[in-house]
Amino acid sequence: MRLDRGRLINRARPLRFTFDGVSMTGYAGDTLASALLANDIRLLGRSFKYHRPRGVMTAGSEEPNALVTVSPGQGQEPNVRATLLELYDGLKAESQNRWPSLNWDLLAINDFASPFLGAGFYYKTFMWPKAFWEKLYEPLIRRAAGLGALHGTSKDKSYEKANAFCDLLVIGGGPSGVMAALEAGRAGLDVILADEDVTLGGRLLSDEGEIDSSPAMQWLETVKAELNAMENVRIFNRTTVTGAYDNGTYGALERVGNHLADGPKGLVRECFWRIVSKRTILASGALERIIAFANNDRPGIMTAGALRSYINRYGAAPGRSYAIFGNNDSAFETARCLQSAGLHIAAYVDSRSDSTLQGDFPIFRGAVVSNTAGRGDLQSITLRHIGGEDKISSDVLAVSGGWNPTVHLSCHMNGRPQWDETTQSFLPQSGAIPGMVYAGAAAGHMSTAACLRSGSEIARKVISDLGAKAASLTLPQAEDTPYAIKPLWSVNTRKGMRAWVDFQNDVTVKDIEQSVLENYRSVEHMKRYTTQGMATDQGKNSNVTALAVLADVTGRGIPETGTTTYRPPFSPVSIAAMGSEGQGKGFAPERFGSTHQIMLERGAPLIEAGLWYRPSYFPQAGEKTWRQSCDREVLAVRHHVGVCDVSTLGKIDIKGPDAAKLLDFVYTNTFSTLPIGRVKYGLMLREDGYVMDDGTTARLSETHYLMTTTTAAASQVMGHLEFVHQCLHPEWDVSFNSVTEHWTQFAIAGPKARQLLSAVLDHPLKDADWAFMSCGAVSILGVKGRLFRISFSGELGFELAVPSRFGDSLFRILITKAEELGGCVYGLEALNVLRVEKGFITHAEIDGRVTVMDLGLQRMVSQKKDCIGKTASERPGLMDCERPRLIGLKTVGAVKQLTAGAHLFNEKDPVQSAYDQGFITSVAYSPVLERYHGLAFLKNAEERMGEKIRMVDHLRDIEALCEIIPPVAVDPKGERIRA
Amino acid sequence: MRVICPKCGERDLKEFYYQGDVLALGRPDPDADETLWNDYLHNRDNPSGVREDLWYHEAGCSAWIVVTRNTATHEILKTELATSRKTAEEGNA
Repeated sequence: MRLDRGRLINRARPLRFTFDGVSMTGYAGDTLASALLANDIRLLGRSFKYHRPRGVMTAGSEEPNALVTVSPGQGQEPNVRATLLELYDGLKAESQNRWPSLNWDLLAINDFASPFLGAGFYYKTFMWPKAFWEKLYEPLIRRAAGLGALHGTSKDKSYEKANAFCDLLVIGGGPSGVMAALEAGRAGLDVILADEDVTLGGRLLSDEGEIDSSPAMQWLETVKAELNAMENVRIFNRTTVTGAYDNGTYGALERVGNHLADGPKGLVRECFWRIVSKRTILASGALERIIAFANNDRPGIMTAGALRSYINRYGAAPGRSYAIFGNNDSAFETARCLQSAGLHIAAYVDSRSDSTLQGDFPIFRGAVVSNTAGRGDLQSITLRHIGGEDKISSDVLAVSGGWNPTVHLSCHMNGRPQWDETTQSFLPQSGAIPGMVYAGAAAGHMSTAACLRSGSEIARKVISDLGAKAASLTLPQAEDTPYAIKPLWSVNTRKGMRAWVDFQNDVTVKDIEQSVLENYRSVEHMKRYTTQGMATDQGKNSNVTALAVLADVTGRGIPETGTTTYRPPFSPVSIAAMGSEGQGKGFAPERFGSTHQIMLERGAPLIEAGLWYRPSYFPQAGEKTWRQSCDREVLAVRHHVGVCDVSTLGKIDIKGPDAAKLLDFVYTNTFSTLPIGRVKYGLMLREDGYVMDDGTTARLSETHYLMTTTTAAASQVMGHLEFVHQCLHPEWDVSFNSVTEHWTQFAIAGPKARQLLSAVLDHPLKDADWAFMSCGAVSILGVKGRLFRISFSGELGFELAVPSRFGDSLFRILITKAEELGGCVYGLEALNVLRVEKGFITHAEIDGRVTVMDLGLQRMVSQKKDCIGKTASERPGLMDCERPRLIGLKTVGAVKQLTAGAHLFNEKDPVQSAYDQGFITSVAYSPVLERYHGLAFLKNAEERMGEKIRMVDHLRDIEALCEIIPPVAVDPKGERIRA
Repeated sequence: MRVICPKCGERDLKEFYYQGDVLALGRPDPDADETLWNDYLHNRDNPSGVREDLWYHEAGCSAWIVVTRNTATHEILKTELATSRKTAEEGNA
């Protein structure tokens, strides 16, 4: 029923929505929960285990019952708390965990079977036969128990992450948070005020009360206007701070566009914030707890504070006849609220016999609600008092068992909350999070005046801590009634009756007793045995009650019983928001070289190389398989000339008087004696003696070298060089710069390489120019570049480098000229074939487990100097000739194919790992040799040249008989490369 | 977690690469006893409490940093450039 009140709903904006397919109307400002209550819908879902009918219990993010699925179908969002879900036009929501329908749920039979389904039933039943668990029992249980489900396909990926920094983070926008932000804002601090609700105010939005003799809302509007006008204050509405982390870092989830009709338009659904603050004020308020009594879970039973929210804030009355049950004075306000709304109070039940409450409605002091009745939802309550029991007709019961300060964030770094007798609640432990202080109800200050005062005082302390000066501000006057409470956790129930503690996970007082009976007496054991507090609400309104019941059953006090560990997140965070940077291009950004467009134009399939995208091959008309293109490209290089973009290789510019010294130290071979204008192949070890990377380094001047690394290891090598310099030899005068993206570099290889180069160089090449492994400056069509006489193909080869902005145009020219010479552009597949034919290694071979000896490159380790990894590489185990060494392979049997990753076995040996002789690292079909050529590592390789060996590939189910040959298969003497 | 780079100031953990124990600074002589090399390469203590490790400001200024921190509380007590530490050690030797 809708009342003629409702502070935050806009009656001028009616909104249509559907729940379980039924169309209804609400107003802008409603949540789904308030709109449903206003439409007299009280049954919202079925409980997790027993499929009991459940309704709205709270008005905030702590809601355990009212979970719905929004926008059913593709991209549906399950387990959305109806109490937090803002209504929008066209909203579609569905109830969960029921079949076939919410009103008629077949699995409600579980409720009758409850004697068998109590705590720990999983551990005792379904034990036999063993094989049935996985196949039968577990799937059945999972289907019966549960929440909403994901659809399986996503609709959009519009989530994001963001970072924010501030002097002061205020968590919570109730009276204390607003007051703290106002003080800090006026003092000039950079403030972020994060609040979960759609607008600031906290309880002020829901409760009666005055500030400075006017309605509290009026004061709130004035303060909000002032805060909004301050440039140094940022207000994050709809933002839940979910976790406290090291060094003033906080995680927060903002609902950005999720609450808008038609899905987000240019807005993300949610944003996950990482907020870094110098100081933090936790003003997160308090959550009202319920009391455990028989059948306290019927729709119509809610917290007293939630009822005030629905009436005052939304003008939504959940019923016609109201009962109130409380153990503290804060529940009085509910009676005042109902009276001012003209609603009927059937009974006020106060467990305290000395309660001071006065009113013209039936008041029962020293009484308790002992049971409830109704078909589905609440229709009557039974109250027990000194004179016996009475049944009172009532369809709404507001319960207040007291308030639990929202201490969660204070506990995220091992802080343990402290029990406070006066408020009968846990208060945050001081100093539990470095930089965090507590204000308002979160610190146990329950009246509005105390909250305002505490917010102001705490903020002033922070202001002076940060070296700022507080502005003068008069503390507003407000209600300051002391908070009086007498503990009441559970009401004795008759045998066979169940009193709920944890509504979301269906845990009752009896379950906790059962846990103790089986000796799970520690609060952590009780939690795991009963699953109390383990649902998506993480027991926000049940944890303290549960441990109080546990304390009672075990005869210990509450402080001795203690709490379980509070962990982030405070409330559920969608994985999509947390992982928003971790998918697609966020997970793997794309790096494109300067010639990317040409690869696309030529239809080259792209292959990932780290983050780079490189062309596999360049298909031509009529070619049906990659092999046809690849073979053509290889033959073009071997017979004419080929051009290939090799820019992705790491390029590190090394400068300084001690550059040569450093290179001698990081490479196994010597670079200090390398003449200017020469290039040398170098091998780098890790300190543990294994090969780290290889590449060529050119000496451009006395104090200037240019190092190339493999594509994959570029950043690793950069870090390594910095380590060697800063951590081992800071006295050396040398510096490093990554210039990988500054230069585009093309390999030009083949017998006609000189001809092609001459066509683009301003000074044509003569045969005698540019000896093998020389380098220097050149002018290319007027552009200054560099030329290196190096080759990874075994052909007469050059690498030509130009500043990247000329990469695209030069590549086009080179391709055209190469084609005129009968050659072509080639891709990674051909590049790989060319290097395998020549026995050149890549990271397929140097996979981190390989030594210089294994590669047969031991002559490259200079004996005249120390280098990184040298000492460790001489360990006997690494020098062992049993270790597999690099060889070549060709097939000699009926099967003509080699596969990389296959293992090698002696012909007569069984195919078992104990007989393993080695493995194949790279293979290529060589169109020159007209056979496969493989590179492999083989035990005792040197003595076995020419012998036969068996290749076994279990993954692809291929076996082939091979002959052991040298790794180099084309031009073993290297005549072509030096031509 | 926030790490204070001596060159760039306070930065998020994401910008750093974590290497491990600070003893990596003390590379033994090439012909040092093999137990020294073994300790340098392989043996690491894993104390609960205050320890020193090497971090690399990879997504920042490329500085290698000695971070003194408490593994029990995650508190960062001190950060200094590896070069300053090395230079100071050389001075003392």
